Amino acid sequence: MRNRMDIEFSALSQNESFARVTVAAFIAQLDPTVDELTEIKTVVSEAVTNAIIHGYEENSEEKVFISVELNDDTVNLTIRDTGIGIQDLDEARQPLFTTKPELERSGMGFTIMENFMDEVKVESASGQGTTIHLMKYLSKNKALCN
Amino acid sequence: MSLSINLEVRHPVLLIRLDGELDHHTAEELRDRVDLIIEERKIEHIVLSLEGLSFMDSSGLGVILGRYNKVKSFGGEMVVCSISGPVKRLFEMSGLFKIVRLEADEQHALATLGVA
Repeated sequence: MRNRMDIEFSALSQNESFARVTVAAFIAQLDPTVDELTEIKTVVSEAVTNAIIHGYEENSEEKVFISVELNDDTVNLTIRDTGIGIQDLDEARQPLFTTKPELERSGMGFTIMENFMDEVKVESASGQGTTIHLMKYLSKNKALCN
Repeated sequence: MSLSINLEVRHPVLLIRLDGELDHHTAEELRDRVDLIIEERKIEHIVLSLEGLSFMDSSGLGVILGRYNKVKSFGGEMVVCSISGPVKRLFEMSGLFKIVRLEADEQHALATLGVA
């Protein structure tokens, strides 16, 4: 069965927890494991934080957009901003790379997304924003199938 | 859900107990409160007690790494204890265990730093 939701919210740091909790609540209907839910909450937090800090440089007038599509046991997440975009995508995806070391960014955001999800696609254009597509297969039905 | 920060000085160790969620939003308060106490109380080592930490992301790794760098600059150490599965995975992924020591609980962590 296909099911979808869309949310948009101000680029404010207090909305990072709102975003991950809302996405987790929507996905709960697929009965994910606790680990799967934690992984999804973590990647939502990473992508939304990137949009706020890097995409919008903490301009709270801007908006972050999230779409979640559930398709049987597959979760498709799209997290989008219309901010400054990423200059060098390959560099941005390197573990520990950050453009903002002065803000004590760990540079682990993309590494975490890649570890926790089955697919990570990033589209970005200078001055036009960044869209991150994240896909994850939930394992529950595989375990139940016998 | 926010973050509850409990700071206890057992000179020269600062024991930080975290309860709740550590993300970009809550990392700032943690950094400011810890840095103030490090300077005011001449802290040398940090013990991070994470039993109540239900969520952490890379912003949490960043603020922990920042405090590690601070105590390291005075020749101090950082020890983490009572860590949950998901948080431990992030520590492993980022290589933080190469620089931060892991102990089972607060008592062991404090004992290794000479305070009990």
